[in-house]
Amino acid sequence: MRQGSSGPALEFKPQIVAFCCTYCAYSAADLAGSMRLNYSPYVRIIKLPCTGKVDPLFILKAFEKGADGAFVAGCLEGSCHFVNGNINARKRVGYTKGLLQDVGINPERLEMFNLSSSMGRRFAEICDLMTDKIRALGRLKIHEIETIEAASG
Amino acid sequence: MIIAEQKPFQSIVENLAGYNRVLILGCGTCVTVCMAGGEKEVAVLAEQIRLYQRELPEEDRYQIVEATIERQCDREFFAPVEELIKDSDCVLSMACGVGVQHISEHFTDKIVIPALDTKFFGATEEPGTWVERCAGCGSCILDLTGGICPVARCSKSLFNGPCGGSQEGACEISRDVECAWQLIYDRLKTLGRLDSLEKMIEIKDWTTARDGGPRKVVREDVKA
Repeated sequence: MRQGSSGPALEFKPQIVAFCCTYCAYSAADLAGSMRLNYSPYVRIIKLPCTGKVDPLFILKAFEKGADGAFVAGCLEGSCHFVNGNINARKRVGYTKGLLQDVGINPERLEMFNLSSSMGRRFAEICDLMTDKIRALGRLKIHEIETIEAASG
Repeated sequence: MIIAEQKPFQSIVENLAGYNRVLILGCGTCVTVCMAGGEKEVAVLAEQIRLYQRELPEEDRYQIVEATIERQCDREFFAPVEELIKDSDCVLSMACGVGVQHISEHFTDKIVIPALDTKFFGATEEPGTWVERCAGCGSCILDLTGGICPVARCSKSLFNGPCGGSQEGACEISRDVECAWQLIYDRLKTLGRLDSLEKMIEIKDWTTARDGGPRKVVREDVKA
């Protein structure tokens, strides 16, 4: 198991949900395993036929069910098996960040990454990167940031 | 169809404070197509509210129930949600203003709160973009203007040609707004019907529009 840096963050075992495209990130995760790479054990993968299948509702449900962070990992731009599924996913991730912000969740708890199936090492890096980031942000707190002011009138 | 947009999240949750059981009621027609208040939007808003109230004190939380009916502007579709509405303290309607009022009229003892701002009668220009095309003025003149409505699409609703603010096809209010009369001219030219512009359009009777007060259409032949 990978060790954190120091202090009370060590105790915090974040739950991170990774929405992975079967053609790239999921295969990259497989490759990371075959390569015996050591990376964060706190990432739980949900396999998708394409990141174009990602829906804001899936991501919100992940947070509602207890995730502290989430990321969507799709193919490199220009390499989507379904032409532009990963481009659509990026837009939806942007939109969902806004939905999270509405309820006072730091939108940085959600990220989008692009990689190819041969990038096992990159997948491991992404998992570590997100784990460090979520550890720094702490356990999920609602109202952790100022919500957007309600429009008057 | 009727185009609407969801209100800011904060203004929605502020309106829900103090209730115990809230029914989020979607509408399956216009607002489903313009992705503002259909089944999917009900699910997303419900999830957002559940997340929002997760850390609120127990006494400030309320139960969220989700449902979507075919149309909120037709009471024949109310039956499947009648019990759900009766069991709720308040209905958060994700329909247009028509649906909100229709639910209020039918369930007279229920508070009905709008979750959307109703915008206009419009069309889908491309996925994600909706544009105004009709102002519901009550007496259509599209036959005279090449199928382009000067009431809805000219910023001044002019009837006999453009104003001085028309510049290179754009309206003076914004370069992004097309001059309706430029569009009408171009369209009639394409159709070889420019001669129809010679004819003056008479002063419009605006009593058929909102100026005549709330309107009503009655068809005796189809009455029950």
